[in-house]
Amino acid sequence: MRYFYFPGCTLETKAVGFNRSAKEAAGALGVELVTLPEWNCCGATFPLSTDNVLDLAGPARNLVSTAEAGGDTLAVACATCFNVLRRTNHFLRKHPDTLEKLNAFLERPQPYAGQVEVRHLLDIFVHDVGLEAIRRRAVPGLGGLRVAAYYGCMLLRPADEIALDDPERPGIMDALLAALGAEVVDYPHRGECCGAYLTVKSPEASMPMSYRILSAAGRAGAQVLATACPLCQFNLDWLQARLRQQYASYQPLPVMYFTQLMGLAFGLDPAGYGFEQHYVDPRPALAQAGVLGGIRSP
Amino acid sequence: MPAKAKAHRIGLFVCHCGLNIAGTVDIPQVLDAFRDEPGVLVSVDYKYMCSEPGQELIRRKIAEEKLDGVVVAACSPTMHEATFRRNAESAGLNPYRVEIANIREQVSWVHAKDPDAATRKAIEVIRTIIEKVRYDEELLPFTLPVVRRALVIGGGIAGIQAALDIAAAGFPVLLVEREARLGGRMAQLSGTYFNFESAGDLLAQKLEALRARPEITVLTESEVESLNGYVGNFTVRIRRRGEDQPREESVGAIVVATGFDLYPLERLPEYGAGAVPDVISGLEMEAMLRPDGPTGGRILRPSDGRPPREVVFVQCAGSRDPQHAMPYCSKICCMYTAKQARLFRRQCPDGQAYVFYIDIRSGGKGAEEFVQAAMEEERVLYLRGKVSRIFRDGDKVMVWGADTLSGQQVEIAADLVVLATAVVPRQDARELAQRLRVGTDMHGFFNEAHPKLRPVESLTAGIYLAGAAQGPKDIPETLSQAGAAAAKVLSLFSRHELVQEPTIAWVDPELCSACQLCVPACPYEARRPHPWKPVVTVNAALCQGCGACAMVCPNKASKLRNYTPEQVLAMVDVLFAPAKAQEGT
Repeated sequence: MRYFYFPGCTLETKAVGFNRSAKEAAGALGVELVTLPEWNCCGATFPLSTDNVLDLAGPARNLVSTAEAGGDTLAVACATCFNVLRRTNHFLRKHPDTLEKLNAFLERPQPYAGQVEVRHLLDIFVHDVGLEAIRRRAVPGLGGLRVAAYYGCMLLRPADEIALDDPERPGIMDALLAALGAEVVDYPHRGECCGAYLTVKSPEASMPMSYRILSAAGRAGAQVLATACPLCQFNLDWLQARLRQQYASYQPLPVMYFTQLMGLAFGLDPAGYGFEQHYVDPRPALAQAGVLGGIRSP
Repeated sequence: MPAKAKAHRIGLFVCHCGLNIAGTVDIPQVLDAFRDEPGVLVSVDYKYMCSEPGQELIRRKIAEEKLDGVVVAACSPTMHEATFRRNAESAGLNPYRVEIANIREQVSWVHAKDPDAATRKAIEVIRTIIEKVRYDEELLPFTLPVVRRALVIGGGIAGIQAALDIAAAGFPVLLVEREARLGGRMAQLSGTYFNFESAGDLLAQKLEALRARPEITVLTESEVESLNGYVGNFTVRIRRRGEDQPREESVGAIVVATGFDLYPLERLPEYGAGAVPDVISGLEMEAMLRPDGPTGGRILRPSDGRPPREVVFVQCAGSRDPQHAMPYCSKICCMYTAKQARLFRRQCPDGQAYVFYIDIRSGGKGAEEFVQAAMEEERVLYLRGKVSRIFRDGDKVMVWGADTLSGQQVEIAADLVVLATAVVPRQDARELAQRLRVGTDMHGFFNEAHPKLRPVESLTAGIYLAGAAQGPKDIPETLSQAGAAAAKVLSLFSRHELVQEPTIAWVDPELCSACQLCVPACPYEARRPHPWKPVVTVNAALCQGCGACAMVCPNKASKLRNYTPEQVLAMVDVLFAPAKAQEGT
């Protein structure tokens, strides 16, 4: 299996552990991720104003590049990039006149016709590779590590455009983690917003949102929370030092990328997964659960 | 029956319909066009042909001129064809030699801006209909016997009431119930609004009356497997669970009263998808409120059996939600939620009941007062807004919602949540509808023949509807409809025979090659190959005269009476070559 892969800016800079673990975990499953040549920023937010055609040019350029390189699928790891690229594609398919304008603007040899499919790695792993193949590959597995799957907004909404899972009761990441040998915990708020960009401007607003998610997962017995979004990862991870100050009984909960857990389950070397960059170091929890094996925790 | 002679003494009667027709169509010009028409002896106009003087004019002309055919150029035949045919019949003319030329709906109304064209079109329409009348046969209606025995499908309160009313007139009734016991949903209910009278007691009265009726045969654990025949003469196969052979019964009329289901909790993921034990449906609450129910009438949490103190009721759970669930209002939830909230508060005086609502729909006698009493006497807290999410948190059930009157977001840590889930058709209602050949709406509720004028009839003659199978209804409304359905059955049974229109299909055995293309073309299953002769036969009782068989017949062997291929071609001829056709007559 071979797909063009869109890493995105954050995975190339801050969330390098996500990027590396995604590619390695995919490789372990026989999925070759070929980085899209000359990819550019997805735009980071989907432009909601339909008049503003030019805002779509950035994400659209990546779709055109995929088509030009002969690809029919663009695989994405970052939940936000996935959301923006997929919605842009959906919009262009529905609005041929906008597509025509953009094609005229982009001046590429072959006009884009909406033929590329934007897919998240979760989708490719669960539906193309299959849970059974993942279960077979998951040696040594996660040994019953209790994981809370956290989806957030970008993987789920708007449901008719994203169409990855039921936005009210998602389960695709749970299924993947269970196949890796994790014990997935049931908890509410798996699809609630973490606070997103509010963390930058008014953390006092985003903090209760993140707290709600983390504390519910913790009460459900989670040892680790898994995500597919660098912004969710940052918010949920970074805020925990403040949460500890504010709520006396608060127990920190490591926030990991689901691909990091895949790498561990497949017995890959996690050096380069960037555990040391996490604010709540996941290594003690992983070591305690026996998942880190021979790797020394600091 | 058919008279071979063509009509050659035809009368043309042109109606003004006040200014409806005469305001657009030039009536003198129309009359002029037919002044010298061969075979047309009379052409007259009148202001309102359907009025008594207008009809009297037609009768007089039929007698004076010995007319053998009549064309009334007026409104649509669905308006007054029957009127004019009856009128002509009373003057001694065969009613099937009376035809309507529609120059109102299809001419004057749609071409009001172009009177010249309207007048030309009116003349063309009349010319073709005159041609039709020339070839019309003098048909006689025929009669079919009526089996004066009814089948009621569904033994809930709707079916019970319909059976009782039919039996009270002395006719035998077959009451078929899928479950082991009669009573349906009503047997699952506790106290009813408005006076908390026990549903069980009320039902017991009806069941007692049912037992006293020797005319009613009850078949429990039984389902209708197939249906054949037609109004007055249905053959129904009924299979009882565990029995190999279905029984076959003859009935003349059928009442469908199969009731409703509730929208499944599993399909409300935002409300816990049925996985939170202390989130229950309205019917589960009813079971707890029933003195003979599993908890002996006490409200107890399913999770730990403790009595709840904070109870949240959520209305419109799955109703009025076109994007995710059902778009319609389930109609009964506002009232039963108020009732349940009041009963809870009476059981738990220091507890608190909350009701989330979009609107309170408490129309009719006593309903608004009942809801007001819930607020004022039992201090039920009504919150106007939708609930966004329900999830388990420890041994509490968290309810997130909006109070749109105060503009606040609300979070309630509840002990028990009752969802007033949408009323939906029985899961297998569509299958039953197919077996009975009656229609359902997009959701699976049985379709009435007309939402205003024919609310208890299906579109299939002889099959009537009662209760929530046709749409959400409460008990009194269900009883009204069941009584009305029974009245329809009785008016059918008041006759020994049914009169059938003779304008149906027949097969010319000389031309039929038994290719059987017409058999699947017939939507009424009225056609069957002859058991040994190489022809296809028509069941005259089932045929509705739609003409689909005539369309597919390559030999033109299949014909519709008074719409034969020769007739239609003659009509086309006069339309496109009037002069030539006139030479031929």
